[in-house]
Formats: sequence, C-alpha cells, structure tokens
Amino acid sequence: MARWVSFHLAATDMTWINLKSRLAEKGYVASDDLAVALQLALSLGRPLLLEGAAGVGKTEIARTLSEVEDTRLIRLQCYEGLDAAQAIYEWNYQRQLLTIRAAAEDGETGKEVEQRIFSRDFLLERPLMAAITQDTPPVLLIDEIDRADEEFEAFLLEILSDFQVSIPELGTIKAVTRPIVILTSNGTRDLSDALRRRCLYTYVDYPDRVTELAILKARCPDIEARLGDQIIGFVQKLREEELEKTPGIAEMLDFAAALMGLGIADLTEEPAVMHATLTTLLKTQSDQAQITREVAGRIAGRAA
Amino acid sequence: MSRVTKFAARDPGPSARMAGFIIHLRENGLRLGVAEAEIALAALTQVEAIHADDSRRVLRAVCTGCKEDVERFDDLFDSYWMDMGRVKQRVIPTVSSALNDNVHSSRDAKGEEAGASGSATAPDGEGGDAESDGTGKLIATDLRNLNQRDLRDLVRPDEIVAAEEVARRIGAALRDKSSRRRIAACKGDRLHFRKTIRQSLATGGEPLRLLRKRRPDRTRKIVALCDVSGSMTVYAQVFLAFLAGLMRVDNSADAYLFHTRLVRITDVLRDKDAMRAIGRMSLMADGFGGGSKIGPSLMRFADSYAKRFVDGRSVVMILSDGYDTEAPALTGLALEKLRKRGCKIIWLNPLKGWSDYAPVAAGMAAALPHLDAFKSANTLGDLAALEKELATL
Repeated sequence: MARWVSFHLAATDMTWINLKSRLAEKGYVASDDLAVALQLALSLGRPLLLEGAAGVGKTEIARTLSEVEDTRLIRLQCYEGLDAAQAIYEWNYQRQLLTIRAAAEDGETGKEVEQRIFSRDFLLERPLMAAITQDTPPVLLIDEIDRADEEFEAFLLEILSDFQVSIPELGTIKAVTRPIVILTSNGTRDLSDALRRRCLYTYVDYPDRVTELAILKARCPDIEARLGDQIIGFVQKLREEELEKTPGIAEMLDFAAALMGLGIADLTEEPAVMHATLTTLLKTQSDQAQITREVAGRIAGRAA
Repeated sequence: MSRVTKFAARDPGPSARMAGFIIHLRENGLRLGVAEAEIALAALTQVEAIHADDSRRVLRAVCTGCKEDVERFDDLFDSYWMDMGRVKQRVIPTVSSALNDNVHSSRDAKGEEAGASGSATAPDGEGGDAESDGTGKLIATDLRNLNQRDLRDLVRPDEIVAAEEVARRIGAALRDKSSRRRIAACKGDRLHFRKTIRQSLATGGEPLRLLRKRRPDRTRKIVALCDVSGSMTVYAQVFLAFLAGLMRVDNSADAYLFHTRLVRITDVLRDKDAMRAIGRMSLMADGFGGGSKIGPSLMRFADSYAKRFVDGRSVVMILSDGYDTEAPALTGLALEKLRKRGCKIIWLNPLKGWSDYAPVAAGMAAALPHLDAFKSANTLGDLAALEKELATL
C-alpha cells in the first residue's frame, strides 16, 4: 500500500469530508464522489460538469455550495438561441442614444462622445460577465448547458479557459476573481469533447436508500421514522417500474410533504388517499394510468 | 496481501506512473489529452492519496467525461493500480500502432473492443475476400457465412458519387426555420441595435440607417435507419449508396442498419475511402439479408441512441418495406416514443411505388399514424425527386 502512494504529498485534513459535512449542515446530503469532485473544483479552480437525470439535485448543489462558501450565486439558465447579448454583456442602447442626442446639443465632438458611450457605465452586465467581475469569487451556475446550442459552447470555452471577456469597443476584461463554475446537463444533446475536457466530471445518480432517507430527514426533520422509511422504500421501488418520467428527489420531498399534510401515518393504511397523493410523484398521464391504485398498493406492500 | 500493483525498482517515479495510467485509459477509449496527467497529479495532492478509494474518486472526477466513461472507470482503475500485487515492469508501454487507423476523427476510439474492427479494415480490392490479414477474425465467422454478403459487390463507386449529390440536395431541402438566435441581415424582422448605434455615430447620433437582424435558417440533422433484411435485398444497393453518400456530405448525419439487430454505422461510413467504408460496413452488417425485426430494432433505437442523437432538429428517415416478423404493435410504440423527442419521421418504402400498393403489412399499418411523410423510393432518381416534397415538411 505504502509503495503505491509513495508520491503522497502534503498531508491534508480530509477536506472533502469536511466539505461534505458542511454541505450536510445546510441540508444537502452529497455522495462521496460528488463531495470529492466539488472539493477538487474548489481547490484546482476548474469547472465541474454534473450530469444526471432531472430531479437528482444538480442545481441544488450550486445553491448549497454558495451558502456554504457564503458567496453570491450567479445563475445562467441556458436555452436554445442563448447568445452573447444575454449571457455575457449588452450595451444599454437607449441610454447611448439619449447621450448622443444630449451631446450633440451641447456641441461635443464625436471622439469624446464615443469614449463616453462605450464605457463601463453603459455596459449591461449579464451573468458570465458579472461572475468574473465580483470582488469575492461567486458560484457561477450554468444550468442545463445542453439546451444551449453549439455556438454558445464556443463562447463558454473562451471564458472557462481564460476567464476573460473581449469587448470590441472596450478591450479585454480580465477576471478579478475566478468564479467557482458548476455546469449541469440533462443529456438532451451530446456536449462537445472540448467542453468536457475542460471540466471535472461527475455523474449524479438517484440516491440509494440510505442516502435518500438522510435527505428526507434533513429536509423534513419532524417526519416519523416509520413513515419516512415507507416513503423512501415506496419511491425506490417506484423508480424500478417502467415509467416515462422517473420521480426525482424533489418529487419525493413533495410526496412526503403531501402525506404529512394529510396526516397519514402509514402508507398501507389508506390506499385511496395515498393514491391521490401520487400526483406529486407521477407527472405524465400515461404514468398515472399505469400506476393504478392496486399497483400502488402492491408497491407499498412490498416496500414496507 | 495487498491488492495494489507493485512497481519495479527502476520505476521512474509517480509522474511516469500517472502518465502510464492516462495512456492506459486512452488505449481503452477514454478521450484524454496530455494535460490530464498533470491535473490528475495536482488533484491527488488534494486528498489523502494513501486511501485507494479517495484516489479512485479523484481520478474519476478528472479522467472521465461522460456516463459511459464513469461506468467503465472502476475496472480500468483496478486493472492498472490494483493488479493483485503483481509487479509492473514498465509503466509506459511502447507505442502501439494497432489502432491508429482512426486518427481522422476525435470521436473514433470510443471504447469498442479494440482490435475487432481495426485489422479488418485492411482488405481492399473489388474481390471481396481479404487477402492480407489472416488474423482469424474473418475465419471465425465461417459458420454464418451463408447470410453474410460483401456489400461492396452491391454498391459501385460511381453510385456513391451520384448519391452524394442526392444527399446534398435532400439535406439542403430539409431546412429548419426555427432558430431562436438572430444574426445581422439586410431584411430582418428586428432592429440590430448594436450595429445601428455604431453606424449612427457617423451621422452625429442620428440613426439614419436602420440595420436589422433575423433568424437564420438551420440545417436539420438527418438520422437514417436502413432495413437490410431479406425482403429488402434488391433495394439495398440504392439505399446503401444513399447512406454512404449522405455520410460523406453531411457531417452531422447519423446512420444505422437493422435486420434482427441494430448497428450504428456512422463512424464506419465516415472513412475517407468510400469503398473501404462499405467494406467495413459489410463486416458490421453480419446477418444481412436475414430476417427482420423492425419493431424491436426501432424500440432499441428509441431507448438508446435516440436519447443522445435525436432532438427537435432531427429528421428520422426509415428506409424499410415494413415486413416485420415481430408484433406490429411494437413498431407503433417505438415511433410514438421517438416522436416525443420532437423529431420528424419520414418512412421511405420501396414497395409504395407499385401501382396497387396498400400499406397492409401489419407493421406498416401500425407505423402510419406516427409518420410525417410516407413516400416511395426505390431508385436514386426517386430519392432525388423527394427533394421538393421534403422542403414543405
């Protein structure tokens, strides 16, 4: 063993475990893999790409991380057609026009006006630009990067590798501090190899039973132990069914909240009420048709 | 006894071992560059590298790039670092030249079983039989040789050239008007403020010339699925030439063959040498001219590849006669699932050109409600004629 790690360098105090417990304090139960990857992203200053099904808590990790690090969260929601004007910067055209008018009446010359209207005062900062000009490094969340098109990936590559933005009228703006970058993807489109190579990578899967129970207890501390067990058992079994949309963690929490709100103490006791609350878990018509009251009862029975 | 690999005494040090590991991963199809070794070493200093599990997690975060990589990583890690205490004599292997046939694309070495297709690309010439490599891989298929055809007998190079032209025109016809991005244009529906302001400086702040922007046309991505079962044999010539041509003109197109199985042939058809591409394809299309399982093949496509390669910009083109040996209902279900990805589905049926053809084959009937277009095609000329009809899609 010792031979293999002969290059064991500075002794660190297991910082990823430390990070994991700090995340847990804020109510986010991270897997070991995820905690290590986050720790690396923080210490190496590299972006972290998270992939996984919808509803496994990819976006939430960025929010919690910003709380743990006590810093701002800057979020860029990607969509098709997202371009530089919405992601990086835009000039404030209305103000520019007014200023040009006013300047013309005062008899100012072209050169001075040009200097003025293409200054930082007239620049509208969009998320990417804002992220690199903060005094303390913020958490930059680039959400659902797979929804943006390939052209946008190219912009992003420039920013992620150099942390600078080139504005033709103004010059290059360099990062004051390096943001902590987290990218998420649902896999609706294959991302380019170049982008994947720039990032650390973690695949976030649905949590196992123990982890999910820990999540439920962190989010709903006053849930009864037995009901909690049943809920997790039920949801875990439900995920094994052939569903169009597998319920995620957020759905599980909604389900738990619904059951608690209705004052149900045991899943198997009132199948009719329990079935009614399935609307929090099953989000398509065919899934709802598939999981009938009988099927739900059977799953609950097996889970208990 | 420790499970960890031991290194020989003359081992050059940790960085060489790490470089060796990166090479090990690269040879197994992970797409890694030179910088990863350095990042990996830097990353290892961030944890207690004495715990094998921590090191494993660190290297997984650094070295993998997609879900498939993650799934294979543990085995690759074990085979290098956890070799049951065996002594590794040499951390960096001598450069292997075996797989370097695929340098023409960054996408190629995607974790296929190394070797299987590599040496099989060697044969060329019209004769069909491999003359150079007696590696045994071709001999091993002797038993099924009955239903194995060399597709190079079917497709002629001049047809591929003609097909390229057809494919180019069909690709151009399938324009998608739905880009949400806007670019500068003479006649556009919105004002291009940035340019207008810039120009107005020349006229003392008076925006005399209004510059505009509009949504540009986008190309659609063609995903072609070609049926090569027994009943399609006579039409295969046309369709395979079309596929080969399509692949050569359109870099984003994607192609599959199916009979009783589904095979992705995109990477193979991108070979620079058209005839060699067809040769490689015939090796993959083992079972060509046999039975057809349209429903299961389409379902498998919808469940696997479609999730990665089909989106709202795709046109799925199915080239098949609809004669299926499996239950027809599955075809309908598979197409319904595919449609939910937002793509257009075109079915080109060679039989439809017959004077009194009716889609009575149960598979075809089940598919009809889910199709955006159902056309006939059995010659390259027919395919070319589709251009106009596809433009209105």
